[in-house]
Amino acid sequence: MRIYNAPSIIAGLLVLIGLLTFPFWYNAGDVVAAPEPSLDTPVLQGLQDKQCIEPTPYMRSKHMELLRHWRDEVVRKGKAIYVASDGREYEMSLQGTCLDCHSNTDQFCGRCHDYAGVEPGCWTCHLQPEENVP
Amino acid sequence: MGIRVSLFAVLALILVAYVGVALLGLELLFGVIMPYAAMAAFLAGLVYHVIKWARSPVPFRIPTTCGQQRALPWIKASEVDNPSTAVSAAARVALEALLFRSLLRNTKAELADGSLAYRWEKWLWLGGLLFHWSLLVIVLRHLRFFTEPVPGFVNLLRDLDGFLHVNLQVLYITDIVILLAVTYLFLRRVVIPQVRYISLPGDYFPLFLILSIALSGILMAHFIRVDVVAVKELAMGLVTFSPTVPEGIGAIFYIHLFLVSVLLAYFPSSKLIHMVGIFLSPTRNLPNDSRRRRHVNPWNYPVDVHTYEEYEDEFREKMKKADIPVERY
Ligand code: HEC
Ligand code: HEC
Ligand code: HEC
Ligand code: HEM
Repeated sequence: MRIYNAPSIIAGLLVLIGLLTFPFWYNAGDVVAAPEPSLDTPVLQGLQDKQCIEPTPYMRSKHMELLRHWRDEVVRKGKAIYVASDGREYEMSLQGTCLDCHSNTDQFCGRCHDYAGVEPGCWTCHLQPEENVP
Repeated sequence: MGIRVSLFAVLALILVAYVGVALLGLELLFGVIMPYAAMAAFLAGLVYHVIKWARSPVPFRIPTTCGQQRALPWIKASEVDNPSTAVSAAARVALEALLFRSLLRNTKAELADGSLAYRWEKWLWLGGLLFHWSLLVIVLRHLRFFTEPVPGFVNLLRDLDGFLHVNLQVLYITDIVILLAVTYLFLRRVVIPQVRYISLPGDYFPLFLILSIALSGILMAHFIRVDVVAVKELAMGLVTFSPTVPEGIGAIFYIHLFLVSVLLAYFPSSKLIHMVGIFLSPTRNLPNDSRRRRHVNPWNYPVDVHTYEEYEDEFREKMKKADIPVERY
């Protein structure tokens, strides 16, 4: 078997395979743990049953939808109270409700968002709790 | 005909993934085994095809050029369109791969009042370019699932491509563009009779497959949400060879991933191999130097020749006697 222009072909193949397998060698040898959003805040420590507004699986995948719903209800419909699926009532407020419990935004929201490579631009207008502002 | 076959094939694939995950609980198969198998088939297939192509000899240059060849110093040469060196040939290949320059020369031939007319036709170039660049940007952005920490260029791409925020969420420009571009590429095959005539299932199937991948992705990002942290755990497990199947990622993700696996496995043995083939196109990657360098046909075998000198040596005496002029006495 003869390969013509072998040096260029081999070099090209190496570059191709190198690029296509980038994630395999970029992470080679790493043990990547899933992010652990910290629940270590004063309010949450004082809480009896540690649960979020909606069940955790729902919050994990759909919290942005809940926030959007809240924003629409408050800003567009002028409502203020959200009734959760278990009947508890919350004031619909990012700063006043979510960040009251999750006041450690960098160790909570931030850890997941860095891991998932997203950067919600909420903090240009909404304020993070003071403990997070350097 | 080809349209229906391809459409049903893609719908069947979606159904297979849905039934497999939602009803039979085969997350391990669709989340780990298939992606690994598809990646292996993809890489092996690419290498196989490149080696196969490289075994064909390239006996001469194919100077299908579009510019002035390098000649006398006072004649202006067009180095990119008629490269004289390997470096300018590489530039021609690079521009072809990045900007589809030869497609930019596309024209439409038609009969106008009985005579042949060539009309302006740049839509295919535009649609093709937008499609390929969107696909590339989307794939690069997906590296956020496969790298930890996420490299800076991936975040930069996210910010550039995602400057539009709709409903508290990023809406990627490339997501919209790829849907429009694939739809155009499909409609073009259906609407133009000549193109429709030459279109085969192998043309429709990849279009439907990529359209379904993009649609399922957009559906996942905006409508049927999945646990993206769990998705990344699965993806990181794959690339660090310690596969895990986190619970509760929704079937829509497995449909997306299965379609991508099928695309990867199908890639090398289909027309999509042009991703690699473009770099091995003889009309693009060979410098036009036939007149400056001797190219020996590699399958030449040694030919027994009898030169004029040898002929004269053999018959000199006889030639002299017959008064035939000879070169040496
Ligand atoms: C009453 C206090 C409280 C409020 C208000 C609250 N959370 Fe939570 N949240 C919690 C607790 C406690 C958990 C941990 C639940 C668990 O571990 O199962 C949690 C979990 C979560 C999780 C999942 C984290 C993980 O590790 O999977 C997300 C996401 C989240 N919250 C977002 C929000 C958002 C967004 C809001 C505002 C809309 C909000 N939370 C409001 C207490 C709260
Ligand atoms: C369990 C991990 C986790 C926690 C905790 C978490 N998020 Fe998220 N969040 C995500 C993921 C993952 C995405 C991106 C989903 C995607 O890529 O579509 C996201 C997206 C968002 C988005 C939409 C942004 C976009 O561009 O898509 C907003 C807004 C948001 N999160 C707000 C919050 C806030 C506020 C908190 C803290 C109170 C929080 N999140 C805590 C995982 C988390
Ligand atoms: C351009 C500035 C701006 C940005 C960026 C922004 N918001 Fe808001 N948001 C507002 C304003 C103004 C209100 C109205 C406040 C009011 O009526 O009290 C509001 C209200 C809200 C509300 C309901 C009321 C409240 O007090 O919380 C929610 C929920 C909300 N925003 C979520 C978000 C999230 C999540 C993000 C990030 C993805 C975000 N916003 C980004 C300006 C902004
Ligand atoms: C040819 C390859 C692929 C294409 C063309 C593609 C296309 C898309 C598109 C267009 C989106 C919409 C959101 C966005 O643009 O980011 C998307 C979302 C998504 N894709 Fe893919 N995808 C591909 C491969 C993969 C693979 C291999 C995975 C496995 C991890 C994956 C997982 C996801 C997830 C989880 C989302 C939802 C993200 C979110 O919720 O924001 N995709 N995909």
